[in-house]
Amino acid sequence: MKWAFHLCAFLVILPLFLIFFDLLIKGAKELRWTLLIDLPHPVGEPGGGIANGILGTVIITLLTMTWSVPMAVMCGIYLAEYGRGKFASAVRFAVDTLTGVPSIIMGIFGYILIVLPMKRFSAWAGAAALSMIFIPIVVRTTEDMLRTVPGTVREAALALGIEHWKATLFITVRTASAGILTGILLAMARIVGETAPLLFTTLGNQFWQTRLDQPMAAMPLQVFSYAISPYEDWHDKAWAGALVLITMVLLINIGARFLTREKR
Amino acid sequence: MESVFDIRDLSSWFGDHQVLKNIRMEIAKNSVTSVMGPSGCGKSTFIRCLNRMHDMTPGFRTEGEILLDGINVYSEQIDPVYLRRRVGMVFQQPNPFPRMSVFENVAVGLKLNGRKLSRADISEKVERSLVMAALWNEVKDHLNQSGVSLSGGQQQRLCIARALAVEPEVLLMDEPCSALDPMSTAKIEDLIEDLSEKYTIAVVTHNMQQAARISDQVAFFLMGELIEMDKSGKIFTNPSDKRTEQYITGRFG
Repeated sequence: MKWAFHLCAFLVILPLFLIFFDLLIKGAKELRWTLLIDLPHPVGEPGGGIANGILGTVIITLLTMTWSVPMAVMCGIYLAEYGRGKFASAVRFAVDTLTGVPSIIMGIFGYILIVLPMKRFSAWAGAAALSMIFIPIVVRTTEDMLRTVPGTVREAALALGIEHWKATLFITVRTASAGILTGILLAMARIVGETAPLLFTTLGNQFWQTRLDQPMAAMPLQVFSYAISPYEDWHDKAWAGALVLITMVLLINIGARFLTREKR
Repeated sequence: MESVFDIRDLSSWFGDHQVLKNIRMEIAKNSVTSVMGPSGCGKSTFIRCLNRMHDMTPGFRTEGEILLDGINVYSEQIDPVYLRRRVGMVFQQPNPFPRMSVFENVAVGLKLNGRKLSRADISEKVERSLVMAALWNEVKDHLNQSGVSLSGGQQQRLCIARALAVEPEVLLMDEPCSALDPMSTAKIEDLIEDLSEKYTIAVVTHNMQQAARISDQVAFFLMGELIEMDKSGKIFTNPSDKRTEQYITGRFG
């Protein structure tokens, strides 16, 4: 029986290596500096890159996080430190459900909530859709990480005559900070690669665009539009773009890993 | 002798379960009072009432009064946060804050207490507290090292320094040596004696020898009742109650 466990463990990690090596082989062809610093070129013209997409992804991700991080961490604190009643269990259930909602729904929701009233696709709408994916993940990891903090730490803080909220924020949260930060990074890696929520919200853009109330390019969108095009050289660029995307995600994950390996 | 705490008919319950029954006692100023008794006798519950550490426990309630300078600590006038600044506590397991250095562990109470102190003031108070806790010489060159990297006995003295830093009047200690080796225990016991010149100290212990070594007064608890309280010498040589005698001669507990 032992070999079956080993085999399953091997099969589970296999796709990651297959995906990465496949992308390395197919993406290497178009992987050059210009890919990272050039705008997309028109059909038929060689070269061109995904620079605006990289910038767009960075902007949209940071925009999402500006309000999602504090909101999610505060909600996680509420659940771990204060949430005992019916409202807390309702919040917990809703957050879990939200984690399982398909991301395309978030896109449609962002479309109805923001794109329609603003009468325009925009980075705002994309960030709103992404925050609905980001927040539930971070809420639950924050709550779980805070629960690993021993009760003796909270007791010691209160016994020093520190107000409960201060003890929570500056001692309990600090004790769990590495874990909370890891959760934030993993959620960030997740939204960097999300495509569906952006389709109806930020739409994508062939040009430089940094205004938040305008349609903006994003890496996953660019990979998508290159990939569904009928042109061979665009397909190569889709592969290269995908390689850049997965490398970014991998780097964020490695960063998260690095943080949890805390020194004593 | 002047008393700091005057406890009048204190009873307490966790839900329906009564843990303390009509405790009446006084805790004398600048002395060491030991609360001794077998496991489950309510001695920890009792001492935690004195700085209201049960406030967060659902279903806990008390009756009677614990007067601190004439005011019941459970009355509406008393903010538990301020009460705990006057009445500090050291716990059974050494519990330094895990992600803080030795220095930060002692400084954090000062910083989060809402008092405006300069950096120099804080350093000075941290040093003074570490000196009082007899830890300064061992850690003065490692102040930025993590608090949890110290040995168990050092961690417990760090916790004492942390409690002293906020300048309480009373120090409650809940079995402070039960997780420590004999050498560390001896150091903490010496420390308790030194500190009692300036502080009022109440120590919970189930160790009779320890109670005999460190205390001025001893209170003997059994099944949630205060059986007897007297001078340390009297309790261990000539107890008034038969149950105290049975306990100290090792008949039970």
